[in-house]
Amino acid sequence: MARKITYQQAINEALDQEMTRDPSVIVMGEDVAGGAGSPGEDDAWGGVLGVTKGLYAKHPGRVMDTPISESGYIGAAVGAACNGLRPVAELMFIDFMGVCFDQIFNQAAKFRYMFGGKAKTPVVIRAMYGAGFRAAAQHSQCLYNMFTHVPGLKVVVPSNPYDAKGLLIQSIRDNDPVIFLEHKALYTMEGDVPAESYIVPFGEAAVVQEGDDVTIVAIGRMVNYAKEAAANLRKKGIQCEIIDPRTTSPLDTDTILESVERTGRLVVVDESSPRCSMASDISGFIAQEAFGALKAPIQMVTAPHVPVPFAASLEDLYIPSPARIEEAVMKVKEYR
Amino acid sequence: MTSPLNREALLQAYRTMRIIRDFEERVHVDFATGEIPGFVHLYAGEEASATGICMHLNRKDYIASTHRGHGHCIAKGVDPVSMMAEIWGKATGTCKGKGGSMHIADLEVGMLGANGIVGGGGPLICGTALASKIRGENNVGVCFFGDGASNQGTIFEAMNLASVWKLPVIFVAENNGYAEATSSNFSVAVDNIADRASAFGMPGVIVDGFDFFAVYEAAGEAIKRAREGHGPTLLEVKLSRYYGHFEGDQQTYRAPGEVQKLRETKDCLMQFAKRVTSRGELSAADIEAIDAEVKAMIDASVVKAKADPLPAPSELMTDVYVSY
Repeated sequence: MARKITYQQAINEALDQEMTRDPSVIVMGEDVAGGAGSPGEDDAWGGVLGVTKGLYAKHPGRVMDTPISESGYIGAAVGAACNGLRPVAELMFIDFMGVCFDQIFNQAAKFRYMFGGKAKTPVVIRAMYGAGFRAAAQHSQCLYNMFTHVPGLKVVVPSNPYDAKGLLIQSIRDNDPVIFLEHKALYTMEGDVPAESYIVPFGEAAVVQEGDDVTIVAIGRMVNYAKEAAANLRKKGIQCEIIDPRTTSPLDTDTILESVERTGRLVVVDESSPRCSMASDISGFIAQEAFGALKAPIQMVTAPHVPVPFAASLEDLYIPSPARIEEAVMKVKEYR
Repeated sequence: MTSPLNREALLQAYRTMRIIRDFEERVHVDFATGEIPGFVHLYAGEEASATGICMHLNRKDYIASTHRGHGHCIAKGVDPVSMMAEIWGKATGTCKGKGGSMHIADLEVGMLGANGIVGGGGPLICGTALASKIRGENNVGVCFFGDGASNQGTIFEAMNLASVWKLPVIFVAENNGYAEATSSNFSVAVDNIADRASAFGMPGVIVDGFDFFAVYEAAGEAIKRAREGHGPTLLEVKLSRYYGHFEGDQQTYRAPGEVQKLRETKDCLMQFAKRVTSRGELSAADIEAIDAEVKAMIDASVVKAKADPLPAPSELMTDVYVSY
C-alpha cells in the first residue's frame, strides 16, 4: 500500500525494515542515536537531522553511536562486513570522506579483487550531499563522481522517496560496498512509497518522462530541477526525455544511449563541479558511442569549478537552476 | 620458569618460525635475481612475534597485517606454497596472483590481509571484533602494526574505538626500530609505544620480541583478557628486521654490523632451539628434522611457483564486484 511519506521517512523505514528482517544489519555513526554515555535521553537526536530516529529503541544493541572518528568507525564497518555483518555506517556529510577515504577506496573497494575473489564486503556508507543550505565549502559538495571513479564501489543517488527506500534496501542486501548519497534538500520531499519492503535494482535508470526532442540526464536533486525546466519547455512545444540514472555505479548507459540515439540532443545536469564529473563522463561516453546520432554539441549544466560558496547570492548562482537547464535545452534544440 | 607448552606445541612453534625464516631467506635470494616482481618486505628476524601470538588464535579469530605480512600469514595458517605462488604472481597464488606480497589474505583462516597502507588494519580489526562481539562469540582480533604505523591517526582512532566499545582486540606494535629508513627513536615521541596505551584506556605491555616464550606468555594474557570481555590491550614487541625496509634497501641508515650482531646473539630461532634442547624438551634431532623438512617444502614451493601458470588475460576483469 502506497502512501505519501518523505524522503527522510523512506530512508528510516528502509533501515527499520532491513534491521527487522536481518539481524546482521547494524547502524553506526556519529549521533545516529545521540546520547550515548550522556545523562539525558538515549536516542536524543537519531542522527544529526533525525533520519535514524527511533531505530535505537526498536533494535537494541544494533544502533551504535561512535566517537567523531571517521577512519576508525568507517574502517570498523568495513571490517565487520568482512566478518559477516551488514553494517550501515553514516558518514554524516560526504565532505568528511576526506578524513577516512583510505578505508573506503584502498580497503573496502579493493578487497574482493586483491584477495582473488575470496572476500566480500557488504557495507553501506550513507551520507548527505549537496548545496543549498548555506553550509559552505566543507558541508555542501556532491562528490559522487569521486566514488564512481573507484572500481569496487557502487554509488547510489536517489532523487525521490520511492527510489530512496528501494535503493537503500538493495544497498543493504548487496554484497559489495555501496556509497548511498542523500541530498539534504530532498529530506522533506514527499512521494508515494509502498509500506511493504521492495527493492529498486542497481544499474537501471528511470525514464522520468518521455520525449523525443532532447534527452536530459540529471543526477539526484537535479532530476527535480530538470522536471521543472521540462514543464516550461513543454509550453514552448519542446518535449524533453528525462533520465535519472539512480546509480552512477553501475551506470545504465544503455538507457541513455538509446534515448540520445532517438533525440540526437543531450543535456547532462550535474550539481558537482564540471571537471571529471558525471556530466563529463556521460558526455564523453555519448561522444564515443553516439557521435553519428548527435545533432548538436552536448551541453553540460554543472556547478562552476569553484568551492561551494557561503553567501546566499553566490550559492544560488553556484547551483544549477531550472532556468540554466532550459537555456541549455534551447541551445541544443536551436543548434543549426 | 618451566615452559607451559607441551612437546607438540613446541614442535609447532619451532616449525612455524622455521617456515617463516626459510620462506623469507628464499624470497630474499630469488628477489635479487630479478625474477620476483614488485615490492617485497621481509619479516625475517621477527618470527617469534607472529608465532608467539598466533599460536593462541583459532581460525575464527582475525588478524590484520602489514606490508611486512608474510610471517603473519604463515603463523595464522595461510598455506606457504600458495603464498610463494602469489609472490611470484601466479594463478595458483593465494589471491590468484591479483594481490601480491602486500595483499596476501585468506579469510577462511582469519587472515584479513597484509596491507599496503601503513596503519590500514587498525579500524578493520575493530570491525571483525565488533561482529564477533555482536554475535556473542568470544573471538578476538589482532592488529599487527609497526613503529611507523604507531604514529598514524588510524591506529589512534582504532585504539580509542576499541576501548570505547570494549572490543576484544589486541594491538600488537612490532617495533623493529625503523619506519622505512627513519628510526623510531626519532619518529615516536614517547620512549615506548606501549606508553600510549594509557591514553586510550587500555593496558600497555612491553615484551622482548627475540624471546618466543616471552611473547607467547604476554600475548596469552592479553588474548585471555580480550576473550573474557575485558577489552583491548596494546602489546609492544621490541624486535628487529634482518633485511631492509624493502628488498633492495642497502640499509645504510643502520649501524655497521648491527644485524650481524643480532643474528649471532639474539636470534629468536637460535634462542628457542638452545632453550628447548638444553632443557631436554626437544632433541637436536627434532630440530634438525624440522629444518630438513621445511627446507624441502620451501624449495618445492619455489619450483612449483616458477612452473605455475600466470593468470589468464580473462582474469583481468573478474572479482571486482560480487555482482555488477
